[in-house]
Amino acid sequence: MGKIIRMGEYFRRGFLEPSGDQPSLFDWIFSTDHKRIGLLYLYSISTFFAVGVTLGLLIRLELIAPGSTIVGPDTYNALFTLHGVVMIFLFIIPGIPAAFGNILLPLQIGARDVAFPRLNLFSWWLYIIGASMALSSLLGGGGPPDTGWTFYLPFAGETATNVSLAVFAVFILGFSSILTGLNFITTIHRMRAPGMTWTRLPLFIWSLYATAWVQVLATPILGITLLLILAERILGLGLFDAARGGDPLMYQHLFWIYSHPAVYIMVLPAMGVVSEIIPVFARRPIFGYKAIVASSIGIAAAGSLVWGHHMFVSGMSDTAILVFSLLTFIVAIPSAVKVFNWVATLYGGSIRLDAPMLFALSFVLLFSIGGLSGLVLGAAATDVHVHDTHFVVAHFHYVMFGGTGFAFFGALHYWFPKIFGCMYNNRRATWGWGIMIIGFNLLYFSMMLAGLRGMPRRYYDYLLQFSQLNRLATYGSWILAVGLMLMAANLLIALRRGQCVGANPWEAATLEWTVASPPPTENFAQLPQVSHGPYDFKKAGKP
Amino acid sequence: MPDDTRHTGAMRQLIATWGLLLCLTAATVGISRIDLGAGNIWAALGIATGKAALVIFFFMHLKEEGRVIKISLLVALATLATFIGLTFFDVLYR
Amino acid sequence: MNTSAQHHDAEGARLGMWLFLLSELLLFGGLFVLFAVYLQRYPDQFIAGGKQLSLAFGAGNTALLLTSSLTVALALEALRRNRYRLCQWLLGSTIGAALWFLVNKGLEWHAKFEHDLYPGSVTLRQAPPGHDTFFGLYYLTTGLHGLHVIIGGVILAWVLCLVRQGRITGTSPTILENSALYWHLVDVIWIFIFPLYYLLL
Repeated sequence: MGKIIRMGEYFRRGFLEPSGDQPSLFDWIFSTDHKRIGLLYLYSISTFFAVGVTLGLLIRLELIAPGSTIVGPDTYNALFTLHGVVMIFLFIIPGIPAAFGNILLPLQIGARDVAFPRLNLFSWWLYIIGASMALSSLLGGGGPPDTGWTFYLPFAGETATNVSLAVFAVFILGFSSILTGLNFITTIHRMRAPGMTWTRLPLFIWSLYATAWVQVLATPILGITLLLILAERILGLGLFDAARGGDPLMYQHLFWIYSHPAVYIMVLPAMGVVSEIIPVFARRPIFGYKAIVASSIGIAAAGSLVWGHHMFVSGMSDTAILVFSLLTFIVAIPSAVKVFNWVATLYGGSIRLDAPMLFALSFVLLFSIGGLSGLVLGAAATDVHVHDTHFVVAHFHYVMFGGTGFAFFGALHYWFPKIFGCMYNNRRATWGWGIMIIGFNLLYFSMMLAGLRGMPRRYYDYLLQFSQLNRLATYGSWILAVGLMLMAANLLIALRRGQCVGANPWEAATLEWTVASPPPTENFAQLPQVSHGPYDFKKAGKP
Repeated sequence: MPDDTRHTGAMRQLIATWGLLLCLTAATVGISRIDLGAGNIWAALGIATGKAALVIFFFMHLKEEGRVIKISLLVALATLATFIGLTFFDVLYR
Repeated sequence: MNTSAQHHDAEGARLGMWLFLLSELLLFGGLFVLFAVYLQRYPDQFIAGGKQLSLAFGAGNTALLLTSSLTVALALEALRRNRYRLCQWLLGSTIGAALWFLVNKGLEWHAKFEHDLYPGSVTLRQAPPGHDTFFGLYYLTTGLHGLHVIIGGVILAWVLCLVRQGRITGTSPTILENSALYWHLVDVIWIFIFPLYYLLL
């Protein structure tokens, strides 16, 4: 009897509180609680995001005027390489799935943890080891890598910079990503609460599911590609050396076979977040649930067929250009299905413009701009004109930062009261959002225009005619940074002094809102019996 | 929990599979010594696929698994085939 | 640690293992993509390269791996019938086969090195394009496969210890099940490596 009472007390505590008499740091970094691991990811990912932002601001500062402004060409090469590696592999790819996915996946399907809790902890450790190695490639040895985040051979095989270390770091990060993916797939298949049928899964879970498949099936190709780089650097096999019968284009094929699907690893979970936020703040069930599910699977599948559009001017065959261009346009269909369904959900809803909703709506806008500019790049003829210009850079920042980045912030504002049990100041959050939107568009729209006029990417110097747009873009980067800092400060203040809110401040209908905030260890005292869909707001607050 | 009756004869089945695998190995070596032109590589791949299927279905017990694992394997193989196939749109027509 | 969240789900554990194996399949898949492309480009050089490989070592190692696949499958069967001695003996033979495979591989590579056929060797650098590519892929593929043999062997040795200690039993066979699956995958990959590299004509 005494044991039962003790267990009850253990259960009532939130996962944020220390759970033993060990020092509390060890309580965290060796915890197998999915929420703690998710928070570890959230903190580490946010830290690396700050590093990436700093590198990005330095790139923009260098480009404020033609000529060498603050750094020379070699340092500039290192800056954009590390900015790419940090942002792609340390922030965007793990961002939403590893941080929010870990915290919310078991909560949303009514489970007590993921299928393999210790493997989950191991994934985080791999992530931290890989991240530390990637960052340490900045220091010592031959200097920071200067290949760009794509590590194209043959250059990556020859440069004396710390490419091997960075490549090995990314290999470890990829391993971490695969393990998270297989953990999530198994969890979704095996651990749904009674009554949580496939059509009652929240759309965020569906997006994680589609993402996890891409993680499991595409990431190994990155793994072997990175091993090939290492083999070239260490053994000099010459597999991609044209003089010895190799084909440099095959490196690009292998690299993009992963790295294009990786774009969908980055954006699908973001779409899932938006699909959660919009119905809650429009007080309407999502329009076309099954179409959105199908489009998630469709994007994951079709997204694996289009890597060749990164290689239109690389010397690939014309037939391949035609095929890949056509396939690229097919991805637009499931993406558009999502956008239309979100808009249709808004139609006739009673819309509440709190911070999460503002971020979700700006996702729809910025993602659409990014997606449509992607069609310009997917069409081979126009791609030849804008290839390797700032147009491309602006395009993928609209998709990745405007899309996934803003959805990440949206997720942060939406689930903040659930994770920490307290609320931030909505006015300040709105101001932060507004400043970021202005800065973001000033920054990247200027770059898009400069690119259309011929400003090449990855150059530390440029012709006088691009001065004005570059200056505007740099001003935009400062405004964006101010907005980011305001947002961060607002959330940090909320952590210390935020007001307590109940279990369900947004009156949402998914399962995570039926437990206390912060959720107790083990999530559910008794596994819930699910009796309604995720957007059935009349039954909000009940399982 | 597997019950004993289900596993009666299981060992014999595994050994038979192994015998078949060794025969197929001998066959693939034999066929490779006959000149079939481009047919050689396809024969070799065909036999290899057959051997892999034996290992996967009997040694790895895929035949006793549910739909999820079977479909997953098909998806993975289709994905790999697609990667190779689409690459050849470039390689064959360059 | 014995919380209900970690209660045992054998089917889930197998699903997780299969997904991991699928990712391994795709890892080697990248090398098969390269092989297919370069075979298409340099059919003559690849055939010439294949003829320089030792059929005896290739076929012998194939038979070894197939047999070790059988012994590990039988070990699982023995465990399920609680015949622990037999299970340990079969696991021991599997590990023995793994070691034998590696010794063969070492001898084979050594012979190649003697003939000046290794990455960056003078003979290969002076050979016509395509020759170099064949041996580059050969070393990379068999090397990566050999690494998997080593990992598989170590895992099976650990499993053997667990069976000895009675921590893997007929009622809790999951660790042996999943390790056996891994070992079979190493076999499946070799089933494709063998004809592609050793039997080209």
